[in-house]
Amino acid sequence: MNPLDRYEALVDDPEAFRAACERPLPQVVRVNRIKADVERARRALDEEGVDYEPVDWHPGVFRMADKPGTTWPYVHGWLHGQEEVSVLPSLALDPQPGERVWDACAAPGSKTTHLAALMADEGTLVGNDNNLGRLSALRHNAERLGVTNLAVTNTDARNYSLKPFGFDAFDRALVDAPCSCEGTCRKNPDALDDWSIDHVRSVSGIQKGILRRAVQATREGGTVVYATCTFAPEENEAVLAHVLDAEDCRVVPCEVPVDTAPGVTEWEDDTYPEEVRHAHRVYPHLNDTGGFFLARLEVGA
Amino acid sequence: MSDDPAPGPADGSDRDGEAVDAADAADAPTNDGQRFDRLPATPADRVVPGRASRAEVLDWWDDRFGIPPETFDGHTFWEKGKGKVWAFAGDVADPIAVEGLGMSLLRTRQEHWKPTTNAVQRFGRGATRNVVVLDPEPAARFARGEDQELAWDGDWGYLIAAHEIAGGVEPIGVGLYLHGELRSTVPKGRREDVAIVERTG
Repeated sequence: MNPLDRYEALVDDPEAFRAACERPLPQVVRVNRIKADVERARRALDEEGVDYEPVDWHPGVFRMADKPGTTWPYVHGWLHGQEEVSVLPSLALDPQPGERVWDACAAPGSKTTHLAALMADEGTLVGNDNNLGRLSALRHNAERLGVTNLAVTNTDARNYSLKPFGFDAFDRALVDAPCSCEGTCRKNPDALDDWSIDHVRSVSGIQKGILRRAVQATREGGTVVYATCTFAPEENEAVLAHVLDAEDCRVVPCEVPVDTAPGVTEWEDDTYPEEVRHAHRVYPHLNDTGGFFLARLEVGA
Repeated sequence: MSDDPAPGPADGSDRDGEAVDAADAADAPTNDGQRFDRLPATPADRVVPGRASRAEVLDWWDDRFGIPPETFDGHTFWEKGKGKVWAFAGDVADPIAVEGLGMSLLRTRQEHWKPTTNAVQRFGRGATRNVVVLDPEPAARFARGEDQELAWDGDWGYLIAAHEIAGGVEPIGVGLYLHGELRSTVPKGRREDVAIVERTG
C-alpha cells in the first residue's frame, strides 16, 4: 500500500497533498552565519552568476536552480545544503549563545550546525548519534562550517549519560528522531516503498525512549523540541502523549514561519491530549516543501 | 534525513578509536589517543612529554601568520591523537573521552606544525604573513587540489592560500610552498571543481 493513503483524511486538500508529494523538491541552502553574513554570501553568488532566490520566510535560506556544491561560497563553508523544512526545528528550539544544548540524533549535522550558528558558536553544544558511520558526516559538516562549540558523542540517546561532561543538565535539547521518513518522499521515493506499519511501531518505541531521556536531561524550565519527517501520528502525537504521561513536561505553543496544520488529537482508535494541538504539521502542499512534524515542550514548572 | 552527504573525515584525519574509561589512564603522564586532554598553559606546566602548550600554539599562529593571540580568547586547546590539537569554544571536564571536541586546529609533534584547512578558513582572515592571494585561475586550481608553479619570494613551508571574493580576501586552505611550487593540501572531501570567477568590483 502507499502510506500516503492513510493521511488523506488528515489534510485539508488531499489532491494538492498528493500532487505535491510527487513533485521533486527544490534545492535549498542555508547561509552559515558562523562564517559569512547573508549579504556577503549573496554577493559571492551574484559574482559567480549563480541562480538563487531567498525563501519568503527567511532571508538566509535560498532556493537554488542547481546544486551548491561547486560554488565558491560553498567551498568557504558559507552555505550548507539542506531541506527547507529542516531549518525549522533549530529555530523552534531557539538556543542562545552560552547555553548547554543537546542534539540527541545529530548526524549528519544540518540541524546541529544550524544550532551552533544560532548560538553564535558560543556555549556547549553536544551532538550525539548512535550511528558511528554517520558521525564522520557530522564531524565533516561541523568542521567545514567552522563550528567550534560542538562535542560529538556516539551512544544510544535513550540512556544518555552526562557524566563525561561535568554538568548535570542541558538548557535545551533537540530530538530530531529517526522515523519512517514519509515526509522526505519528494527527495527519496524509496521512503514510501520501504514503509511498513511494523517499522512505524518499532521506531515509535525508540522515539519515546529518546524523547523521555531528553526531557529528563533538560533542566527545569528548559526547552525540548521534538521533530520528525513523518506524517504518522503513531510517531508524532502518540510519542508526545506517551512522554507527557511519563515525564514532567508540557507541549507549549511555538511560532514557526511557514504555514502548518495543528497536531491531531484523534487517530484510528487512539485519542491524544488536547495540548498536542500546539504541535505543527507541515504538509508538502502548504509551502511546497518536504513534510515535517514539530513540537516544543517545556520541562517542569 | 536531509542534507549533504559527506565523503569522510575532514583533512584525511585518522578516525578516532572507541571511547575508553578515562579514569583508567588519568594518572599516567603519557598521551592517550582515546581522549581529549587540555593543553598546559605554558611549557613550564607541561606534564605529558611532547605535548604542545597553549602559549606555544598561540605563538605559532602569531609568528607564522600574524594572527593575534586574542583571536583564540574564546577557545581552549586540547590534544587527542598524537599531536593533533583541537580548539573548543565550550566548557567541559578535562580529560574527556568523546568522539570530537570543537575543531581540529593543527598537527604538532613534528618539525613543521601543520594547520588544517578548516582552521585557516575559520581563523585565518586576520592573517598578515605567509598569505598568498591567488588570482582567479590559480585559486580555482588550488580549490581542485592541484599543485602549481608559483612565484613567491616569502618563506617556504605552510602558507595560507586565499583569494578575493565578495569584497574581501578569504582563506581557501593550506598550501605547502617548496621549490617554486605551491602544493594544495585541500583534503579530498573538500575539493571542488569551482568556476574561475573574474571579479570586476
